[in-house]
Amino acid sequence: MALAAGFADPVFQSQATFRAVAAAMAEPGHAVALAAGLVPPAGLLATTAAVLLTLVDFETTVWLDDRLARTPEVADWLRFHTGCRITRDTDAADFAVIAEAGEMPPFSHFPQGTAEYPDRSATLVVEVEAMTAAAGQLLTGPGIEGAARFAAIPLPDGFWHAWQENHAAFPLGIDLVFCSPDAVAGLPRSTRPIREG
Amino acid sequence: MSAGAYNFAYLDEQTKRMIRRAILKAIAIPGYQVPFASREMPMPYGWGTGGVQVTAAIIGPDDVLKVIDQGSDDTTNAVSIRGFFVKTSGVATTTRTDAATVIQTRHRIPETPLAAGQILVYQVPIPEPLRFLEPRETETRTMHALEEYGLMHVKLYEDIARHGHIATTYAYPVKVAGRYVMDPSPTPKFDNPKMHRSPALQLFGAGREKRIYAIPPHTDVVSLDFEDHPFSVQEFDAPCALCGAEGVFLDEVIVDDAGGRMFVCSDSDHCEERRAAGHEGTLAGAPAWSGAAAAAATEDAS
Ligand SMILES: [Zn+2]
Repeated sequence: MALAAGFADPVFQSQATFRAVAAAMAEPGHAVALAAGLVPPAGLLATTAAVLLTLVDFETTVWLDDRLARTPEVADWLRFHTGCRITRDTDAADFAVIAEAGEMPPFSHFPQGTAEYPDRSATLVVEVEAMTAAAGQLLTGPGIEGAARFAAIPLPDGFWHAWQENHAAFPLGIDLVFCSPDAVAGLPRSTRPIREG
Repeated sequence: MSAGAYNFAYLDEQTKRMIRRAILKAIAIPGYQVPFASREMPMPYGWGTGGVQVTAAIIGPDDVLKVIDQGSDDTTNAVSIRGFFVKTSGVATTTRTDAATVIQTRHRIPETPLAAGQILVYQVPIPEPLRFLEPRETETRTMHALEEYGLMHVKLYEDIARHGHIATTYAYPVKVAGRYVMDPSPTPKFDNPKMHRSPALQLFGAGREKRIYAIPPHTDVVSLDFEDHPFSVQEFDAPCALCGAEGVFLDEVIVDDAGGRMFVCSDSDHCEERRAAGHEGTLAGAPAWSGAAAAAATEDAS
């Protein structure tokens, strides 16, 4: 079976995708529209595929969750278009791609960075069905004016408790990019979930 | 890809990806200096190669670019960097702060308040605020890791002991989001309050030192100070001689051979727009003033 194509216009599509991801990380919890403009390999959202083509290359190691690991097209497509290393070892991941958000491993299983180099940490790219700012968890932190709400579906039970622990380790920790079918949203380690009465 | 002699915005795609990954980490860890593999650029260090690499990694065909140096769009440095991006990316350019999507700067933050969605890219010569206190990188890294910023306070306090006030006026250290002490690059401390909770994304690139750091929008940026010696910005005795603006950063300009002087807006676009709108200073009829002349006159101050 032939591999799915990559970007038709890599220079401009990766630039546009990067700006969407950067805007998402700079304004946590705000869903930024992303027209991926590509046909992804089976098992991956087009937005996720665009984010990976934009950020991943031979200098990076990518961890795939169980569902993606069972779909060889995804690893083949990633290796072919980006030259990245694929791993099953969460400890080795620069990026982790999670298609089953409800089943994601604990954040602490991924590299957290070190006190001297907190940037040596993993970025989790998590696929969700939908995101909204109209309801959900109240968030605050850099990039958020006051406070903002954010919800993504599906998320595992205890997600925000786990996120609080990830945030509490700041400047260590992982960062997270949510990909829905038509948008991306960022959750950097600097974002703090607010507990409500 | 066009058949031109350059990649879009000069950098190859592999380099852009590396810089983009560093920028995302910088946004996620505000004020922390992310190492990156700085590339040789077709301009010498000191000409803003760090800022140029950041701009090259983010800019796209929909952007409108403004480049300022010492507040002016017209200095050799600003003209050369703007020309570089026009040639390599064909991007639209502007001198108007409110029309720009990406603003690359050396030494100033525009007087016109920045808006959400804008990105301000700083050219940084020395990114490490602790460098002049501790030359060893391994040591400054440990100090940041442990949040050990006492030496910086000692330095500022020595200023007070010697001068009666904090004498640092440029590259005045700030604490970002309550965690990392950061060098805001050689901007005058006058501009420090503009960094605080700005709706724009601020990115900093140091080419020779191979560091990228960031301040996300709406982020607390606090200038270090003491209870009995609170941070304060420079104040000027008179408004801009050309446009009458108050509460802006002024440069002293020599206007004639007899040593006549006047104080005018350092932000030349801000000054021109105010004059176009009918604002006048005491010397509004004075000979045409160019920002380049003002920048040349203040070169030694930086
Ligand atoms: Zn003026």
